[in-house]
Amino acid sequence: MLALLESLRSQLVTMGRVLGHTFTRSETVQYPEQKPYLAPRYRGRIVLTKDPDGEERCVACNLCAVACPVGCIALQQGVNDDGRWHAEFFRINFSRCIMCGMCEEACPTYAIQLTPDFEMCEYERTSLVYEKEHLLIDGPGKYHDYNFYRVSGLEIAGKQKGQAQNEAEPINVKSLLP
Amino acid sequence: MDELKVVAFIVALVGGAVGAAAVMTWFERRMLGIWQDRLGPNRIGPFGIVLVAADMLKLLGKHDWIPPFADRPVFVLAPTAIVIAMMLGFAVVPFAPDLVVIDMNVGLLFFLAMTSLAVYSVLLGGLASNNKYALLGGLRSAAQMVSYEVFMGLSLMGVVMLAGSFSLPTIVEAQSQLWFAITQPLGLFVFIIAGLAESHRLPFDLPEAEHELTAGFHTEYGGMKFAMFMLGEYLGLMLISCMITTLFLGGWLGPVLPPIVWFFLKTFVVILFFILLRAAIPRPRYDQLMSLGWKVMLPITLINLMLTGAIALWQSGGMP
Repeated sequence: MLALLESLRSQLVTMGRVLGHTFTRSETVQYPEQKPYLAPRYRGRIVLTKDPDGEERCVACNLCAVACPVGCIALQQGVNDDGRWHAEFFRINFSRCIMCGMCEEACPTYAIQLTPDFEMCEYERTSLVYEKEHLLIDGPGKYHDYNFYRVSGLEIAGKQKGQAQNEAEPINVKSLLP
Repeated sequence: MDELKVVAFIVALVGGAVGAAAVMTWFERRMLGIWQDRLGPNRIGPFGIVLVAADMLKLLGKHDWIPPFADRPVFVLAPTAIVIAMMLGFAVVPFAPDLVVIDMNVGLLFFLAMTSLAVYSVLLGGLASNNKYALLGGLRSAAQMVSYEVFMGLSLMGVVMLAGSFSLPTIVEAQSQLWFAITQPLGLFVFIIAGLAESHRLPFDLPEAEHELTAGFHTEYGGMKFAMFMLGEYLGLMLISCMITTLFLGGWLGPVLPPIVWFFLKTFVVILFFILLRAAIPRPRYDQLMSLGWKVMLPITLINLMLTGAIALWQSGGMP
């Protein structure tokens, strides 16, 4: 009997609390008119960025494709005449992508980045397959000053071994001098 | 009222009740939204009220499918029973003095009979669907009816004793001094719960119980047949609210405003209360429902009946 009264009291309290919510604000964000704030780190549509000099950052190392848990990235490497590496093609199937950001973490050159944009609905599934020209953007994305070829030891046209930032001149292994 | 007037009133009542039931689907969702810190439907029309029309259009446009394994005639007829029974129930509701379709001297019993008939709809719908979930829903509904019908009727006997009549206008008149809600609090409490169970409203919607039985008795129904079930449910809710107003809250009685306004105002508050219950109270387990009915509600009703009888007898000057 006591338990019954207690449960009755509990139900009445519940009803009172719910009634009190008549005067609380609704939590709903009225989406198309009212856009929520998305942090710069939000994981949305994937882009390929360029370095500050306007060259493609991607060196087509395939690490993103390997890291991708759903296998939605496909690419092939090619080498320019100046020694730079680039992707012959770069394809992301956004109908499979789960926006996990693993590719961004794996990328050694900050080329692949996720952006706070999620509005990419399409009527046709094939439209969700983005090619390299759809993915490439003109800016450097989140890392404004980073330029992979300036810090790496790879030899390209106009930059010999030892000319990169913080890179020592190559050691002449045939010399006895220190 | 002459005959033409009565016919006009009936037509207005049927149209008004169906319209109100349709609007209530929207209103309930809005209120649930407010109480659950959401907005509810708000896209089409002012406050989203055109949603009612959109819903109707959708239901009308749906394929009217009858499963090949169903018992065809019963399957088709079952949804009509609940609407017809609930509509007939409105015949005895006194909206204002002289604004009642028929003032029967057994009006209250007629109401109880009609709400009981409505259960057949659920029962037969569940049976005719030939689906295990639908059957379980129908089964639950039958058990729920058996246990709640008993004290639903008994809980009103206190009111009848105090008013000395089964006629609903007479019962309203008898509350001109004091509402029966104050003299019969236990009766009101039990009747609210029984009414909830009778109209399959949310805390007691075990025949549907979408978490366990997909959709219970109307699992196999779609389109307008499903709409009939929903219409019946909302009509039932309105009928129960009208009856609570009539029997316990003084019906049309009230100062200043015209009687009909008082009646609808009170009914509206009761409906709001039912929606609040839906927003706040979770569904009990099946056995909890049954044991609550038989072990708690029935004794309470009997005690109430005994006390009321004793007081009525004492007030009328001792034993006859």
